Amino acid sequence: MLKIVNGKQDEAGAGILIKDAKFPSPFVSGLEYSPPARGAWNIVHTGMLIPKSHQIFICTQGCLRGVVLTAAEMNAANRFSTIAVRENNVLDGDMESLIIDGVTDILSKLKAKPRAILIFTSCIHHFMGCDLKLVYRTLRERFPDIDFTDCYMNPIMRKSGMTPDQKMRQQLYSLLKPVSVHKKCINIIGNNLPTEESSELVRMIIENGFELKDITGCKTYEQYLSMAESAANISYNPVARISGDTLQTRLSQKHLYLPLSYDYAEIESNLNQLAAYLHIKTPDFTEEKAKAEKALKSAKEIIGDTPIAIDYTATMRPMGLARLLIEHGFNVAAVYADTINEEERQDFIWLKENSPIMKLYSTVHVKMRFLSQNSHKKLLAIGQKAAYFTGTSYFVNIVEGGGMYGFDGIYRLMQLMEEAFLREKDTKSLIQVKGLGCCSL
Amino acid sequence: MKQTASIISTYASDVSGVCSSLYELGGLTVMHDASGCNSTYNTHDEPRWYDMDSMVYLSGLTEMEAIMGDDEKLIGDIVSAANELSPKFIAIAGTPIPMMIGTDFAAVASVVQRRTGIPSFGFSTNGMHSYLSGAGMAYEAFARRMVNPNMKRDSSPAISVNILGITPLDFSVNGSAEAIKEMLTESGFNIISSWAMGSTLEEIKDSGRANVNLVVSYSGLPAAKALYEIFGTPYVVGTPIGAALSKKIMEDLKCSAESGKAVISYEKRDILDSTDMVIVGESIFSESLAFALTDEYSKNVKVLCPLETDTSLMLTGDFAAQDEDDLIPYFKTAKAVIADPLYYPICPESAQFISLPHEAFSGRIYRDDIPNIIGSRFLYWKF
Repeated sequence: MLKIVNGKQDEAGAGILIKDAKFPSPFVSGLEYSPPARGAWNIVHTGMLIPKSHQIFICTQGCLRGVVLTAAEMNAANRFSTIAVRENNVLDGDMESLIIDGVTDILSKLKAKPRAILIFTSCIHHFMGCDLKLVYRTLRERFPDIDFTDCYMNPIMRKSGMTPDQKMRQQLYSLLKPVSVHKKCINIIGNNLPTEESSELVRMIIENGFELKDITGCKTYEQYLSMAESAANISYNPVARISGDTLQTRLSQKHLYLPLSYDYAEIESNLNQLAAYLHIKTPDFTEEKAKAEKALKSAKEIIGDTPIAIDYTATMRPMGLARLLIEHGFNVAAVYADTINEEERQDFIWLKENSPIMKLYSTVHVKMRFLSQNSHKKLLAIGQKAAYFTGTSYFVNIVEGGGMYGFDGIYRLMQLMEEAFLREKDTKSLIQVKGLGCCSL
Repeated sequence: MKQTASIISTYASDVSGVCSSLYELGGLTVMHDASGCNSTYNTHDEPRWYDMDSMVYLSGLTEMEAIMGDDEKLIGDIVSAANELSPKFIAIAGTPIPMMIGTDFAAVASVVQRRTGIPSFGFSTNGMHSYLSGAGMAYEAFARRMVNPNMKRDSSPAISVNILGITPLDFSVNGSAEAIKEMLTESGFNIISSWAMGSTLEEIKDSGRANVNLVVSYSGLPAAKALYEIFGTPYVVGTPIGAALSKKIMEDLKCSAESGKAVISYEKRDILDSTDMVIVGESIFSESLAFALTDEYSKNVKVLCPLETDTSLMLTGDFAAQDEDDLIPYFKTAKAVIADPLYYPICPESAQFISLPHEAFSGRIYRDDIPNIIGSRFLYWKF
């Protein structure tokens, strides 16, 4: 664990009582720290979900380093190539030919032609005004049997409209082409992890005779392309919402945004929307609710008043989860999140009023490097960043909600919390693995 | 030149080099970048991140700040962090977009220094060069500004030495840095400082006391030249790999301290037309390894250096490569290739591939397999 350099343990600015926190940005922006919890997926991991695709990143050496090693750590270096941008390219303004010639050169060297190529341009192309339309038109003419799509590694744009994560999840489906629609097919889109088959969401689709497609289950490029046949797309991750809206416009696929939630009424409302779309009778979720309630009670009995910390990488709704747990008697001591999503506004207000001394911590504030990580008392963390910052070895190791959804999701999460509370984990080893669930080293 | 890599990795960049070189010295290091540099650095380039404290941060540059040329946001954030953390110095390193918008890092550092009273450095890195360039830049700046210029050279019987150019990017955290120190101590040298693993900033400031400097990687050469310019301290170039080269380096250090002349310890190595082996890597380390292989195993070795170096550090017949295309012809004619495992995909079947992981290329992937071949440990390296 870290030694404290200057003896400072002052949390001011990095941690705040939720009653004093402002929505949606409780912390002043400044220099940023990056904790060594790496389970969240990056654009390379997500892009690899398209079977038989190949990624080509065009950027400077410094920017290439992280993505090329992401691919290497996934043992997918054979699906990944790079073109380095150097000073002469910036001065000569030959960026278009650098990309066209570079991609051509790479394709001539690959042993097998990929079905699709994801070309990632970067901040520098945006600032130079690179003519990407010309680049893609030329490449498509030169290689008509390969599907090209434009992807972006331009973090400088993260506060200018769509974030790179949103854009990536949108472009992930950009190679789907209009085909005749199969009314009994539905996609779940925008997730890096598959949704649990036991969830009400999946069961309602399957048990009513619909075919469910999800990029996380596609093994071939044809399976991926067949997602265009589906009549509807369901998204439940906020960063994928725009993907569904785009496909609704482009392929006329109905978009159902049914956000992940820990609120019984919202879960039921989401599932009822699905039922209406499927033209089935509104289901009775009494049994599922009871199962979730029983699991909450069981977890509370085991975990007791042990402090719990939640971070934003574990779930898209950390405030909602904190509220659910507090409503069921758990002792949620802290939430680690730098901003609060609009969807969580009501939960945030509820927490301010009902759990005013719960702490809210930044994950990037400069002081987070030095705040003590040694839990003297047992603490249960939900998420890798919460585990790191609290120094606990008792944690639920999930990202992005872990594929758990609905009442069943609550039931499963309670099981994971019980298991995490009872069995210690090797936090240092586990949280440093990139892209949890995507077979990284 | 197509500047492509169809399948191999890329070396750590100049920004990481700045951070890595200054990591242990108690300063605040800021990468002026949007996002990504920090996680790349701490995931792949910095094995000390989890267990050793430091103050390496990202500025979080946005599109609007870049378009408006808003340096004040950067300066304000640095000053604010410095007031909270009380660093011993402040270093600011650039990335591609600051280069494109012409950020004046020297001016930014000057304003920061004026407002905080803390020595501040601006490095015009741009992510387009290797870690060696960035680390070299940082070490040279420290030689010129942080080393006490009034320091008198040691006159004690034991020869004093600084070790220049040690970062985990070249030497990992496998005991190599400690082994070099141990060898010097056992040979009767007095170590003043190690730039910059295992030394404090105060020890670095005392570097002017040394009678001679030992440059173990290219990143240490700019500082060696600066220290020569300021103090007249001569330097010896070479990584002590294998018993024979190690012994020669120890002797060269003594001779150099006496003569005041710079010496490259590995320069007397025969390079024949036929090549048994090619080594891919950083110039000084690879040339030293080539010397050891020639001396102890009678191998004909050619060094391929895909990184920045000085032509004077490469022996005639060795080759400074630019990219994948430059290396492949040499691989095809070699009986064996010694390189990081991520070069394996471009190694022909006709050549034996000998794995020598290099943190600056494959990051943490093969960290546990990086051998410590300093001194006589070289003989135990199974290749």
